[in-house]
Amino acid sequence: MSDTVLSIRNLSVEIPTRTGVVKPVDGVSYDISAGEILGVVGESGAGKSMAGNAVIGLLNPPAHIAKGEIWLNGSRIDALKGEAMRRLRGKEIGMVFQDPLTSLNPLLSIGDQLTETMLTHLPISRAEANNRAVAALEEVGIPGAAERIDSYPHEFSGGMRQRVVIALALCAEPSLIIADEPTTALDVSVQAQIIALLKRLCRDRGTAVMLITHDMGVIAEAADRVAVMYAGRLAELGRVRDVLTQPQHPYTAGLMASTPLASAGKTRLHQIEGAMPRLDKVPDGCPFHPRCTYAESKCRAAPAPQISQDHAACWFPLMAEKVS
Amino acid sequence: MALISVKNLTRVFDVSKPWLNRVIERRGKALLTAVSDVDFEVAERSTYGLVGESGSGKSTIGRMLVGLLTPSGGSVEIEGVNLATETDAAKVDAVRSDIQMIFQDPFASLNPRWRVRDIVVEPVVARGGDATGLAEKLLEQVGLSALDAGKFPHEFSGGQRQRICIARALSSEPKLIVCDEPTSALDVSVQAQVLNLMSDLKDNFGLTYVLISHDLTVVQHMSDVIGVLYLGRLVEEATPEELFNNTKHPYTKMLLEAAPQMDGFGREAELPEGEIPDPINPPSGCAFHPRCPIAETICRQERPLLRQVGNARVACHLAQ
Repeated sequence: MSDTVLSIRNLSVEIPTRTGVVKPVDGVSYDISAGEILGVVGESGAGKSMAGNAVIGLLNPPAHIAKGEIWLNGSRIDALKGEAMRRLRGKEIGMVFQDPLTSLNPLLSIGDQLTETMLTHLPISRAEANNRAVAALEEVGIPGAAERIDSYPHEFSGGMRQRVVIALALCAEPSLIIADEPTTALDVSVQAQIIALLKRLCRDRGTAVMLITHDMGVIAEAADRVAVMYAGRLAELGRVRDVLTQPQHPYTAGLMASTPLASAGKTRLHQIEGAMPRLDKVPDGCPFHPRCTYAESKCRAAPAPQISQDHAACWFPLMAEKVS
Repeated sequence: MALISVKNLTRVFDVSKPWLNRVIERRGKALLTAVSDVDFEVAERSTYGLVGESGSGKSTIGRMLVGLLTPSGGSVEIEGVNLATETDAAKVDAVRSDIQMIFQDPFASLNPRWRVRDIVVEPVVARGGDATGLAEKLLEQVGLSALDAGKFPHEFSGGQRQRICIARALSSEPKLIVCDEPTSALDVSVQAQVLNLMSDLKDNFGLTYVLISHDLTVVQHMSDVIGVLYLGRLVEEATPEELFNNTKHPYTKMLLEAAPQMDGFGREAELPEGEIPDPINPPSGCAFHPRCPIAETICRQERPLLRQVGNARVACHLAQ
């Protein structure tokens, strides 16, 4: 595809520890096109944030990319170091983190933070940057943007701060936004506003978005495609409607069924027995097999074949009739 | 008979600056009304869900129910005893041991230096009870192994820790457990396990729950009656069926509309207006009026009282 913005190929992240090498991300591949929102969903420890951090070069040593390639707009970025990566960050890739208060500098006014980003990455004058900062704040829906440009982060509410962070991520006009749990710290009503904002801005500008979240409802409403991760591996990848209504991987099916929303009217929630394995004890074969009700000897012996666009990483993908 | 009866419950926090600053800056005291005039009753062996966004006062109510905070006004009566004013120590003692609490963060609510056995039986030992073999029995009841009693909290995952918290809450054989966001820190699949465990225990032990959560779906699944809070006020109270199918208060409507839906593919939700106002200076009249799509003059002037509308209790001038 010509409009592919981000392409991750067979990415593995490794962390050497005293007792051996753990792989928080293991052989993950996916693409994101311009204007598309890819939802990356999984439980804590599934490796969803680690994959996002690998793309933007924010892995904390000793974690490092052990294998695989990351391509952004046709150039390979996984080997970039120091200054080259710093130029890319903010300019080509914008980042929105979970907690808006810790991702803003409390000592700088939000106007300064916005203009600093633009002056670093764009060839514009300070006056022009100021104008653009006001426009950016207006675009993310901050009332009285021109007056509030000199306010400090603590003067804003949580939702307003996250709007500022989004303005900050978008102000250098990146081609990719990585949003890591952008609404987890926010209330339901504010979450709806922020998700709608992210959707609108990215559709208008044709920005690709990697939306990392654990909330299936947010994925359903915001994402075009979804990648389900389990124990560092991709379990399932596909169009959001297909994956959520007809999951092929037993893990996705179990995850969907265990949300209270899906069990409306039942007295008990569906539950997946056990818990996700610790990363230093990922079982051989398919990592999900100890918890899987359909597992057979094949699943214990070898991991399921590479995932492709419309197949789950499962030896025995669920058919529509199996999901009752 | 109702196990809990809450009447005109109010809690005000003093969030003023220090005395000297107030004198120099010529400012008065700043008072934050976290809970304002809340009335409800919880029947025995039922689950009462309290739902609201941050700052709605739901945790403050929970803390007042178990006696961790004293009310500024109004009363909490449990089994007919008002713990804040009752003078008969024996009565207070009897009721106290019937109440337990489960907190949100299972990492912060377990002492890291204690073995699980000591944590679980603390409510019994603290009253001089006999706890031989109790921890092992309780751990098995919450789906852990008896061998886990000798371990430390750090050896467990979040879901397992929450099970330990539940075992501790059960040890004094309470009638009432106040659960403050019991599953908010847990993953979806673990949340399902813990919620199922809570339902089973309720049936086995005849427990009454007050379930505090910001997650509408969890409250809907677990509760017999749901109370919706906004800025410290109870705005609507109804059974889950009534609340979700026949919503009466505009705030509840907004909340339901804004909640993400599993089948909402590409849904363009009707976006809520604005954010929760500052609780130090709440709006006049109905606290929701600045964000309310149907607000009228009376909403700005007069605070609506909670009144019976159909099968629900609603605090809205315009609900019918």
